[in-house]
Amino acid sequence: MRKFVIQALKKPFTAVMIAILIGFLVGAVTLALGGFDPGRGYSLLITGVTSNTRRMAQVLVNAVPIIMTGLAVSFAVRTGMFNIGADGQFIMGQVTGAILGYYVPMPAIIHPLFIMVCAFVVGGLYASFAAYLKNRFGIHEVISSIMLNWNAYYFMNFIVNMKSVKVPGSQHSPEIFDTAKITFFSREFRTTAEGEALLAKHPWLESVVRTDAGYAILVMIAVTLLLWVILKYTRIGFELRAVGYNYHAAEFAAMPVKRNALLSMFISGGTAALGGAMLVMSTSYFITMLGATEGYGWDGISVALIAGNHPIGCIFAGLLYSALKLGGTEIQSRMGAPTEIINIMIGALVLCIAFAPALPRLAERLERKE
Amino acid sequence: MEQDTRTLPDETRGNENETADALNKGQGGVSDYAVEMYDISKSFGPLKALDHVDLAVRKGTIHALLGENGAGKSTLMKILYGLYSKDAGEIRIMGEPCDIKNPKQAITHGIGMVHQHFMLVENMTIAENIVLGSEVTKSLGRLDRERMNRTIREFGEQYGLEVDPRQVIMDVSVATQQRVEILKALYRGADILILDEPTAVLTPQEIDNLIVTMHRLVEGGKTVIIITHKLKEIMASSEYCTIIRRGKVVDTVRVQDVTEKDLASMMVGREVMLTTEKDKASPGEVIMEINDLTVKDNRGIEKVKNLSLHIRRGEILAIAGVDGNGQTELIEAITGLRKSEQGEIIVNGQHIENGLPLDSHKSGIRTIHEDRHKRGLVLDFQVGENLILESYKEKRFQGRCGLLSWKKINDYANRQIDKYDIRPAGSALQRAKELSGGNQQKVIVARTVEQEPDLLLACQPTRGLDVGAIEYVRQALVQQRDQGRAVLLISYELDEVFDIADRINVVYNGQIVADLDPQTTDEQAVGLLMAGGSQ
Ligand SMILES: Nc1ncnc2c1ncn2[C@@H]1O[C@H](COP(=O)(O)OP(=O)(O)OP(=O)(O)O)[C@@H](O)[C@H]1O
Ligand SMILES: [Mg+2]
Repeated sequence: MRKFVIQALKKPFTAVMIAILIGFLVGAVTLALGGFDPGRGYSLLITGVTSNTRRMAQVLVNAVPIIMTGLAVSFAVRTGMFNIGADGQFIMGQVTGAILGYYVPMPAIIHPLFIMVCAFVVGGLYASFAAYLKNRFGIHEVISSIMLNWNAYYFMNFIVNMKSVKVPGSQHSPEIFDTAKITFFSREFRTTAEGEALLAKHPWLESVVRTDAGYAILVMIAVTLLLWVILKYTRIGFELRAVGYNYHAAEFAAMPVKRNALLSMFISGGTAALGGAMLVMSTSYFITMLGATEGYGWDGISVALIAGNHPIGCIFAGLLYSALKLGGTEIQSRMGAPTEIINIMIGALVLCIAFAPALPRLAERLERKE
Repeated sequence: MEQDTRTLPDETRGNENETADALNKGQGGVSDYAVEMYDISKSFGPLKALDHVDLAVRKGTIHALLGENGAGKSTLMKILYGLYSKDAGEIRIMGEPCDIKNPKQAITHGIGMVHQHFMLVENMTIAENIVLGSEVTKSLGRLDRERMNRTIREFGEQYGLEVDPRQVIMDVSVATQQRVEILKALYRGADILILDEPTAVLTPQEIDNLIVTMHRLVEGGKTVIIITHKLKEIMASSEYCTIIRRGKVVDTVRVQDVTEKDLASMMVGREVMLTTEKDKASPGEVIMEINDLTVKDNRGIEKVKNLSLHIRRGEILAIAGVDGNGQTELIEAITGLRKSEQGEIIVNGQHIENGLPLDSHKSGIRTIHEDRHKRGLVLDFQVGENLILESYKEKRFQGRCGLLSWKKINDYANRQIDKYDIRPAGSALQRAKELSGGNQQKVIVARTVEQEPDLLLACQPTRGLDVGAIEYVRQALVQQRDQGRAVLLISYELDEVFDIADRINVVYNGQIVADLDPQTTDEQAVGLLMAGGSQ
């Protein structure tokens, strides 16, 4: 048994599984301390997600933005840049989406593609600025990108607050045109007779029709695969990873390290911003004055951490994260547990997973104790 | 299983060969041994790094460990120092069975270790690194820098290892860093000192000093275990030598009973040529010309001063000099890592002074850097990835759509691993950091030589290699020369310089002070010039 545990701890995959288990235990203790029945809490958490396909689809829909920011963060980390500015880049993507979606009328299909490309470029350039500051003045990207987060946040509020933008009597920008929306079915469709008829014929479509499920999911999967291929199979990816692991050796091997820092941040920022634009195009349809950021970028850091910075891992990590959040709201509404407890639970989980790399060393220790 | 070995009486294990017998003679009761390691085994996955190894080190002796790259010497010592756990076996320190789980426990048992690769804090001063953890403080815990610096300076002098305590590690040469490592272990008051290739980058003078230091330590009752590939040093310093081959002990011998050649063949298992055979060079056109070059170091001190030199195709030019006379800065200027104040570097007709590493590459230069962990390897990359670190753009590593083909890359890597005898065999997918130090060096040599550069800068190319591998690398360099390419060798070792150089430039205080033909000069003359003497 002991041998078995030690062996399990040594393998990265099982180590993460054990970490998740420990995370859930900590969550249970938190619930119990808060005076709630952990057993019931967890069963609500699980049923809250799995009770029907629509909820499962919702988990997927909610996961898309944080998978995008997760991808952004992990791509940067793999290349030696700690992109803490995914939040700001995401916001820049939202702004781009909301503005271009309303002010630049275009035919369907082209419109969303145009927005996506622009958002990617805007977010990419925005993030590259941090890399530029690093190359030119040696300012660490963590510092500059935190600043850029605030800039983006105030910029969004500034844009929404402009007379020509804000919809009178509201706190948000005008809704984007239908041509710019990328859900499979429009929201109106759900309530039309045609929609009802379709649902009656194919009940399984419910989860698609009644959620914001859309092309964003496909784009997200495509981006994931693309980033993975870039890292693993391209010469640029080889360079980026070399820089990430050992800047000095990469520099000495004549790799263009400074250009690569820019490129890496461009791709990372673009990915985050694409996530922001797709959120606008599939769920929110406009941007709102905010008292604080929605934190998609920060969630992305957690997702990247859980995923061990592997692009494909981000999909699973994002789904897990999103499921926990959705299930968490169930605990909140049914048991009256405050959001804080749910956040502590998720936090504990992320923390435990962050410790997963230490587990093999722990195993080594246990082994020596024998 | 381990319990069994623990109950075995001392004698049954200690008397396995004559020498151990000799060691035991005349003394009873308390153990004569500072360190006893019995039946130690250790595997890394499928690889048996140590296979039932016994080692007994007599108190108050200098005991050498000798073995090929990857034989398991560092692993054995890391087990003793508590860095690795052993799979099986028993350890006794001063006769007491003990179970060392981590370096902290090793230190309390009086064991100190200087690692093959430095473990210093780059942006702290030498003094700070040495006292780390046992700082001298004034009242209120303020660091008493002045006293600390004085103490360290005196401490260094006492052991013949002079350092400037105020210098920051980042700014000092590899050789100085090595000295700091040795001082650090001594400062912690070790009784048993493990030195893992401490002399790899020391100058001959410093090595002599170190040997004196080691003898002084031993006279003071301490015990020293030294790992080195330099047979001369073993002959000059050690009483006993244990030879390890592929994880097994071959023999433990009394050094006075054997010759260098015996040691070499015991270790490699075949006859080894200790000198390289080569024909006379036939130099062609000048490939690199350096005129009036001046380069400053990080602190703004001129390290290279109006230096001029040239090198031709088809020759091996050695820059001989004591470490710290501008070699590092010269190489950095040529390879695009450092700006120069004045002067020009022309390679293949191109000016590359004040360029980037890319410019240096484009002009046809490839470099074996002296700092293999910082500049030479991406330690977290696989061996295969490291082997293509500079040639990943080539067509032959690509599959469809110009994407990298890992199959081709790994096939190529395994061929190189075979060709250069990088161990373990077939390690293309292993991370470079899992290789032994010498095998890491072979990866760099393989990568650099395979690119067939017009000008190969070889900075201490055989550092940390065993005699067999040294033989191979030197032959490879000579072969480059024979194929009409140029080799610029930077070495602190006169042996190496005289073994393969066709021409010797002596560098002193940032200038070339002599341009010599090795046929018409000797080590003594060059040594004198290196120390600042005149011709
Ligand atoms: N952490 C590790 N993981 C996997 N293999 C390892 C690890 N450390 C060492 N090895 C392997 O164990 C063997 C012995 O390595 P070790 O470092 O002890 O050699 P060494 O005798 O010190 O060689 P060198 O003279 O080159 O320093 C090598 O084949 C090496 O690849
Ligand atoms: Mg070693």
